[in-house]
Amino acid sequence: MKTTLIGALAASATLLSTTAALAQTEVQFWHAFTGRLGELVTAQVADFNASQSDYTVVESHKGNYSETLNAGIAAFRASEQPHILMVFEVGTATMMAAGGAIKPVHEVMEESGASFDPDAYIGAVKGYYTSTDGQMLSLPFNSSTPVLWVNRDAMQAAGVDPDTDLSTWQNVGAVLEQLKAGGEECPLVTAWQSWIHLENFSAYHDVPFASQDNGFAGLDTELMLNGEAQVAHLTAMGEWAADGKFIYTGRRNEGGANFRAGDCALFTESSAGYAGISSEAEFDFDVRPLPYWEGVGNAPQNTIIGGASLWVMSGHDDAEYKGVGEFLSFLSSSDVQAAWHQNTGYLPITAEAGEATRMAGFYEENPGTDIAVIQMTAKEPTANSKGLRLGSFDQIRGIIDEELEAIWSGDKSAQEAMDSAKERGDALLRRFEAANG
Amino acid sequence: MEKRVTFRGWMLPLLLIAPQVVISAVFFFYPAGQAIWQSLFIPDPFGLSSQFVGMGNFEFLLGDKFYRAAFLTTAIFSILVTLCSMIPALFLAVLADRLIKGSGVYRTLLIWPYAVAPAVAGVLWLFMFNTRVGVISWYLGHLGYDWNHVLNGGEAMGLVVVASAWGRISYNFLFFFAALQAVPKSVIEAAAIDGAHFWRRFWTIVLPLLSPTTFFLLVVNIVYAFFETFGVIHTITGGGPQQSTTILVYKVFSDGFVGQDLGSSSAQSVILLFVVGLLTIIQFKYIEKRVHY
Repeated sequence: MKTTLIGALAASATLLSTTAALAQTEVQFWHAFTGRLGELVTAQVADFNASQSDYTVVESHKGNYSETLNAGIAAFRASEQPHILMVFEVGTATMMAAGGAIKPVHEVMEESGASFDPDAYIGAVKGYYTSTDGQMLSLPFNSSTPVLWVNRDAMQAAGVDPDTDLSTWQNVGAVLEQLKAGGEECPLVTAWQSWIHLENFSAYHDVPFASQDNGFAGLDTELMLNGEAQVAHLTAMGEWAADGKFIYTGRRNEGGANFRAGDCALFTESSAGYAGISSEAEFDFDVRPLPYWEGVGNAPQNTIIGGASLWVMSGHDDAEYKGVGEFLSFLSSSDVQAAWHQNTGYLPITAEAGEATRMAGFYEENPGTDIAVIQMTAKEPTANSKGLRLGSFDQIRGIIDEELEAIWSGDKSAQEAMDSAKERGDALLRRFEAANG
Repeated sequence: MEKRVTFRGWMLPLLLIAPQVVISAVFFFYPAGQAIWQSLFIPDPFGLSSQFVGMGNFEFLLGDKFYRAAFLTTAIFSILVTLCSMIPALFLAVLADRLIKGSGVYRTLLIWPYAVAPAVAGVLWLFMFNTRVGVISWYLGHLGYDWNHVLNGGEAMGLVVVASAWGRISYNFLFFFAALQAVPKSVIEAAAIDGAHFWRRFWTIVLPLLSPTTFFLLVVNIVYAFFETFGVIHTITGGGPQQSTTILVYKVFSDGFVGQDLGSSSAQSVILLFVVGLLTIIQFKYIEKRVHY
């Protein structure tokens, strides 16, 4: 109730300020958030508009991530592009390759004179969105990383100690066996299979997902997801699927419904699942770090992020870019970030915001909410764990989903499926290279 | 001797067909021309640069075994949707036609599903067959059948076919019903007096007289299955599992709007244009010969 009220107030405040002050410079901001997240964005914008009188940020919702990106692209082709466009992490390479369509964030910040310290941002978050020479191209907005969610009641019901160590897949494998034997019908479920079990898996074990530093070093990159480590993991997952220990529910986060209803014992999902799970789960739950295979690669390295960043589009006036700079600087400020982190479960983008959250005692009151931060920042990212920068990646994920389904249904071995995913994905990477080279 | 009313001069007829010509030009010829032009390039998504590749996009597509597989999937899907929507519609129309009382109520109820948009129909069926909370999958589970269209390609195909055909039954019913009403009663009565029983009358008199309607519906339903079932597939399976429900139109969407590969997407639209044109020509050339007007 309280949040709807704030949302409504914020919305009316935005309306008022847009009509009241036509002399103000207007900054268009297109995003992909609805529901609770949409309300929070509206509130952030309203706070910014109220905090100064030179600029008015106008936010509009343009559909889901893919639809927002498409809306931005179509608008650019019609020369109607917004100043700020929210783009999900898999669209990063598309945006980066579009040199003429974007204005790098570091440039916007320098020219606008707004306070901006690139070093304040958390490396593992920022790394995804910086160029090879370390310049920040887009502003990280909402970032999360996968963790393991545990239904303690379900563990107990199957006769497994809920405090069992689940830090490695070896241990998880043994627990799945016990859960199955204890009558649990859904021992393990996952969301975002490619993101968690291939992309993050590779970074976490410090093995390459694609050549050329996962695409950071050039467009002539090729997938390497058919490596030994990945295939071994997927083979194990495939065996668990065949034994009914791993239940496949769909390509997106369909499994979340099963877990929140208490049907499943273990769930690999984004740390941002916190809001939903904490409000709906009627059982005792735990957050644990994502498991790794003991002895494979350099695990545990660090996991990588998912989510979206804000891109500034080209073709606007300097005065407007100044407003953009002010707004982005406002979004990065410690208070705004700390509130965002605590409300949503997304990672803070600056170390300072994380520290403020710790100081406020949030992590003690909400145990496990800092696991994602620790998992991301415990080690300095390597070339394999900085992130992924692959063209047509949304579609490549679709191909990976298809091939993973072939493993879960037993139609293909993990090796065959990943070889095929590489072959098909590489064809798309070559087309992307041709279009953007 | 045929009577024809003709116009004197050119201006009035041109003026009268002008709205249709303008609509076709703006909404059909211009976009089709654009698609053909774009299919020769690999552009970047933002339209900043594009590279002429000639037939390169077509070579890329036809060399892709998954694209060729989508043809087969589309053929299976279209045939199944057409059959599953026409046969029950005809059956229901014959039954409704024989009703003496209350046919209006049946008619109205049978037409209702047509008002449901494909995407909504998709969600409705998805709820019934949802592997976790679906009513039907729950019953199937009790009968010992483990329904899982998320992993089983055959089941996924069945589900999208049923969801696509369901609303279409109403549309087909409407046409069949009207056509049945137009069958002259005297012919049927004459046959009845000659001792022909119901099924014999149906096969030898009613069905041939329905042939113009059946032919029209065949063409329209195939076009429907090709182009308008996108919403159902997008909401239920997203083309999966693996590629078992990826039909050609779905691939145009996913390559163009998920992959931002407008060159390939345009080339696919052009191929689709030719396939449907060819199908329609075949239908008019060969099947129409068997139609009695």
